[in-house]
Amino acid sequence: MTGGRWRQGWRELRRYPSALLGLAIIAALVALALATPIAIPYGEALAKWRGSEAWQRNPVNAAPLWLDRLTGGDAPHTLVVESASAPVEEHAFAGGRRLRIPLAFDYEAGGFPSELNLFLHAPGHAQPPFARLTWRTPDGRELGLGGYRIGARERIALSQDRALERRLDGLVPHIGLLAEPGSAAAPGAEPRVLPGRYTLRLDVLVFDEAAACDAELVLYGRVHGIAGTDHQRRDLALALMWGTPVALAFGLLAAVGTTVTTLVIAAVGVWYRGWVDATIQRLTEVNMILPILPILVMVGTLYSTSIWLMLGVVVVLGIFSAGIKMYRAMLLPIREAPYIEAARAYGASNARIVLRYLIPRILPVLIPTFVTLIPTFVFLEASLAVLGLGDPLLPTWGKVLNDAQSQSALYNGYYYWVISPAVLLMLTGLGFAMLGFALDRVFNPRLRSL
Amino acid sequence: MTSSPAHGADDQAPLIAARDLHTWFELRQWGFLRVGAVRAVDGVEFALAPGEAVAFVGESGCGKSTLARTLLGLHRPTRGEVRFAGRSLGELQGRALKAYRAEVGYVQQDPYGALPPFLDVRRILAEPLIVHGVRDRAERERRIRAALEEVRLSPAEAFLNQFPHMLSGGQQQRVVIARALILAPRLLIADEPVSMLDASVRVEILELLRHIQRERGLTLAFITHDLSTVRHYAERIFVMYAGRVVESAPVDDLLDHPQHPYTQALLAAIADPDAANATRLREVPAGEPPSLLHPPAACRFHPRCPHFMAGLCDVEDPPDFSPRRDHRSACWLHR
Repeated sequence: MTGGRWRQGWRELRRYPSALLGLAIIAALVALALATPIAIPYGEALAKWRGSEAWQRNPVNAAPLWLDRLTGGDAPHTLVVESASAPVEEHAFAGGRRLRIPLAFDYEAGGFPSELNLFLHAPGHAQPPFARLTWRTPDGRELGLGGYRIGARERIALSQDRALERRLDGLVPHIGLLAEPGSAAAPGAEPRVLPGRYTLRLDVLVFDEAAACDAELVLYGRVHGIAGTDHQRRDLALALMWGTPVALAFGLLAAVGTTVTTLVIAAVGVWYRGWVDATIQRLTEVNMILPILPILVMVGTLYSTSIWLMLGVVVVLGIFSAGIKMYRAMLLPIREAPYIEAARAYGASNARIVLRYLIPRILPVLIPTFVTLIPTFVFLEASLAVLGLGDPLLPTWGKVLNDAQSQSALYNGYYYWVISPAVLLMLTGLGFAMLGFALDRVFNPRLRSL
Repeated sequence: MTSSPAHGADDQAPLIAARDLHTWFELRQWGFLRVGAVRAVDGVEFALAPGEAVAFVGESGCGKSTLARTLLGLHRPTRGEVRFAGRSLGELQGRALKAYRAEVGYVQQDPYGALPPFLDVRRILAEPLIVHGVRDRAERERRIRAALEEVRLSPAEAFLNQFPHMLSGGQQQRVVIARALILAPRLLIADEPVSMLDASVRVEILELLRHIQRERGLTLAFITHDLSTVRHYAERIFVMYAGRVVESAPVDDLLDHPQHPYTQALLAAIADPDAANATRLREVPAGEPPSLLHPPAACRFHPRCPHFMAGLCDVEDPPDFSPRRDHRSACWLHR
């Protein structure tokens, strides 16, 4: 229990592979927690997570890339075809120009895209331009997709064009437009992709001198990034990454807050005895039967679900927790130690005795408890978020789970949506638990097996 | 009992004196019902002159350690008072009490327990200095080194960064003594300073204490249960029984001419150089040490006393008689 003891403790700890694995997991989580705010600043993360145009080129409910790898499939990635790189032809006429924009792309993926959108961008027009769309397949068929009057920002949701769907024998456009003709004609047959070069030709009429028109065709894939996307096209990686610092900070602050206050209060009670101790004991007993989760739910429902308020409530309710009983039992014999008497004899103050002589004596024994306490608070925060009491702004693991639950992710087969945050939570618990149990064996030699 | 100016105190004002000192521990039931009191110190009277080394001797449970703690101001006397350099301990508050704590050094029985296991020697010795406002780090370091050299832990560098568990019992006790001395006290109270040490280092520690006491002109109150070690390390002996001082005299006079039956029994019980007697069960004085909760009436020793006089010893407290010069004994035999 000394400086030498700490070094010795570390030497002993290295003998436990579980401790090293736990430390590695914690180190990885901490590294992620430190890197995230640098990669995605706080404000940016909040703004993005609130929902924004940044996501509009993301597919809805796309699986993560690794899942596609694991299943060996060649699910389509998102394909964006921009007019900026297309050979645009221009023809002037009286009162305007005619632009021909061919958006050509090679489609070789094994599956169909999940959605098809065309974004048109035509700023600064007094009179809106007019566009006629023609779809050309690799086998030379041409299909008119109708004409549109274009605003400054236009999103043409081809996938939702019911009339087009009827013309494609009832296949939704993002399938029908890319299917081999007749492949779905037989009852029960699945449409097959016709690979090759497709072109969406835009014939745009603009009526202004300085006019321009940019087009962007997005064929949304079925996989996205390392974590997939949710129902609002948001990249789950953002929430999973930002969830790490939030979870670790919450767990650590709550563990530190409750342990330190509890320890000091227990030591004060043990030192002063009498009515001080009695009051602390009665408060603890009352507090021990207060159910913490319902109180948090109540605070969240009636007041605010801010994560920092929750942290405050957790710490306040944790002050007079059952730990006081344990610490008291550990401190009582130390109170009678001769070195405490010696300290009184040379005039050490009460505060000095409590903080410098009583508490340091049991700190090594508390380290394992403290380490295993951190994930319980991480889980508490996640539980609150799953119950819909997550922080309204911050993306956290619990909120991802909450979204997954409200969107029936498991019923819809979006397993990744539940598994990724759950795995991160379990890793956190596992890392701290493995380290904590090993520390327990190092610092409480009675538990050591021979 | 009369207040008795003791040996050596005639020419000088006593450094520390106890008058009618009682320290009782009340026993309560349900937190408020008084059901009795443990009379650990029950009417002790003495005066120690500056520079004097005395020993308090008695069986375990006779109140020696409680007396030490009362002198240190760790227990409040139930009745009577301790006077240090003319001031009553009970009147000292705050700053004055703290100053008193610097005047009295305390050496405990268990050297390992007396040192906080999580601090190194430098820090252990720095603590009293910090508590007493020695802010200058260099000054502290100088005094710490000087204290270590004084208790013959030299070179000091070799010990400064050691933790208590890395030291031997004797070295630990030297650190305890250094800590007791670092505030330059005038009185040193040593409560069984060698009883937990190996026989091989006992004499060294006792010699060290005696040497420091002489060198610094300290008053040394040395508490022990072992009469055999007292002769060379104290000038005066107080024999305690059941919370009272039953006999006091200069060391040679007391050991050579014990007057009180209890002292006689104690002396009969100690070291007999004849090895053949080592195996003989020597339970002298016969009987149990008295209960401090329900002490015998009048003379506390009467149930075990070979000279018990019914109707006197169990009825009336014996006053201090003076059967020899400078020799006091509380026994009706000297009447």
